[in-house]
Amino acid sequence: MVMPADTVSVTGWGRTAPTTARLVRPRTYEEAAAAVRECGARGAISRGLGRAYGDAAQNAGGAVLDMTGLDRIHAIDVDGGTVLCDAGVSLHRLMEVLLPLGWFVPVTPGTRYVTVGGAIGADIHGKNHHGSGSFARHVLSFELLTADGEIRTVAHGTPLFDATAGGMGLTGVILTATVRLQPVETALMCVDTERAVDLDDLMARLTATDHRYRYSVAWIDLLARGARMGRSVLTRGDHAPLDSLPPRARRHPLAFRPSQLPAAPAFVPEGLLGRTTVGLFNELWYRKAPRARTGELQRIPTFFHPLDGVPHWNRVYGRGGFVQYQFVVGHGREETLRRIVRRISERRCPSFLAVLKRFGEGDAGWLSFPVPGWTLALDIPANLPGLGSFLDELDEEVAGAGGRVYLAKDARLRPELLDAMYPRLGTFRSLRQELDPRGVFTSDLSRRLGL
Amino acid sequence: MKDAFGIPQSLLVLGGTSEIALATARRLITRRTRTVWLAGRPTPALEEAAEQLRRLGADARTVAFDALDPESHEAVLGKVFAEGDIDMVLMAFGMLGDQAVDEKEPALAVRVAQTNYTGAVSSGLVCARALQTQGHGSLVVLSSVAGERARRSNFIYGSSKAGLDAFAQGLGDALYGTGAHVMVVRPGFVRTRMTAHLAEVPLSTTPEAVAAAIELGLRRRSETVWVPGALRMVMSALRHTPRAVFRRLPI
Repeated sequence: MVMPADTVSVTGWGRTAPTTARLVRPRTYEEAAAAVRECGARGAISRGLGRAYGDAAQNAGGAVLDMTGLDRIHAIDVDGGTVLCDAGVSLHRLMEVLLPLGWFVPVTPGTRYVTVGGAIGADIHGKNHHGSGSFARHVLSFELLTADGEIRTVAHGTPLFDATAGGMGLTGVILTATVRLQPVETALMCVDTERAVDLDDLMARLTATDHRYRYSVAWIDLLARGARMGRSVLTRGDHAPLDSLPPRARRHPLAFRPSQLPAAPAFVPEGLLGRTTVGLFNELWYRKAPRARTGELQRIPTFFHPLDGVPHWNRVYGRGGFVQYQFVVGHGREETLRRIVRRISERRCPSFLAVLKRFGEGDAGWLSFPVPGWTLALDIPANLPGLGSFLDELDEEVAGAGGRVYLAKDARLRPELLDAMYPRLGTFRSLRQELDPRGVFTSDLSRRLGL
Repeated sequence: MKDAFGIPQSLLVLGGTSEIALATARRLITRRTRTVWLAGRPTPALEEAAEQLRRLGADARTVAFDALDPESHEAVLGKVFAEGDIDMVLMAFGMLGDQAVDEKEPALAVRVAQTNYTGAVSSGLVCARALQTQGHGSLVVLSSVAGERARRSNFIYGSSKAGLDAFAQGLGDALYGTGAHVMVVRPGFVRTRMTAHLAEVPLSTTPEAVAAAIELGLRRRSETVWVPGALRMVMSALRHTPRAVFRRLPI
């Protein structure tokens, strides 16, 4: 049983369900094309920085293309506000390069450490979804390496674009993309913070005043029970205009210097994040938040990416890893959201990274996740007894309300529910059948869910 | 593919009429498992078992498999793996034999050894290679506490399980890093058809309890599972008991 030297065990960010694949790191487009042509019977899938929580960027027994070797920024249109870069460029790198020029990425999720290719493949969203939509809305075009080894230029609005945006890498390998940027005057955020005493208060505040802010999100305490169920801290804001900065800060308004704490240790005992510790954390987090504060200046990492400050933070859940559960239900389905929050809080799921957000209009991607409504995302240690069946029950609630779960975070959905959650799945499957009849692009996710 | 909790979508049972295996299959079907292959001697009991799993909603199929015919294993199991990925192989075949009779009839004793050990070696290696090619999957081997230290009262069965256990441990180490995972399950006395004629002993367990322990072991990606868990301590003590004392113990 001799193992080829480049065979590695791969997991998603949640560190569950490891599988083994041949890891290939192309440095040129030709190498990427060769890797796809020679990937063998078990296919290939592209992988960026591995921030998908589940098995989206794994391919058991096949090839995994580590795209971070393709990391060049080719052209920046400083006047028009667009960038042409390789798919393996991270949003972190884009911020480093673009902020001094007065531009910001159009959409950023809770981590900067995702690649442009991954951002399109998962059609990621951020705190500005209610106004700006998801990432693919700001992508003008990209180059896609398809199963036949050809490179196609795919423009916004074409069927192949809509299949690839949110298509989890199953239509091909994105090589480059042209992205429209967001102009900013400073690298600081002007943030309003307020507390909501319960879930209804939270939803009322988000509904009433979200439109005033470019960015909006609420941290929610899912361990709070009874009258305090759903108590939250809302943080909403916009890029700070230059004249709002104190004179000292005005000297270098576009400086972007993220700081980092030491990485989480490689071994953390399981059960560190139990009900007691998480309950305590949540209590403190809620109480330390101001009841209402306006106009606070925050740095971009503090506002958008607090967890990026701790490298490998996913290790804090121990060897067993964790699952992230994110779903969306439409407007008018507040009762379902309320019921799910109640069930999670009654079940005492120790979740300290739970966020609630109000989505705006969805985008055209066939498997794109966001639809107008309410989305809740939470982390749960995978070793919680009975968690599998509990999440299955939540899936039923979500599907019953016409909602869906996010594939980039999924590691456990029952395949039977997928068609109901993603009505355009049939179109997606037939396009794949036509474009990639041999099923070259395959991932553990696509095998598990029959995508 | 297995989900985040290690629950397989497809299951291959070697020894398809084993009560422990069927209890495990039933439990996994209520979670995620949709495809179940029952491999065993083509008997009405095997078909009946498949029918029972179909009623639970699984796509259950049977395949003729004989542990005593190692030459056929490659072809028979190869066909199953060719139909699609197998996320978990449960090696559950085995025979208890009758110690008193087997001691007098060496041919019968050899049958026990061939079923429990050599049959497992050949089918285990075939499955291991297939799982390695897939890059994922678990091989769950039903060993026994009887293999931990051979006892006067059932050393023929015990020695065959000891061989199986050692084989499975070594195979697990050989497969480490390939994506395939081997889990050795060591149940104590399980109340089944196979043991119905025997007197009950302390720390005895049920097929359902073994199934629950297997599910937990899959989630934790365990390499060794004792059922019940307390047996690990008991057997550790017994293993260190001096021979002269061990021989006299009423076990």
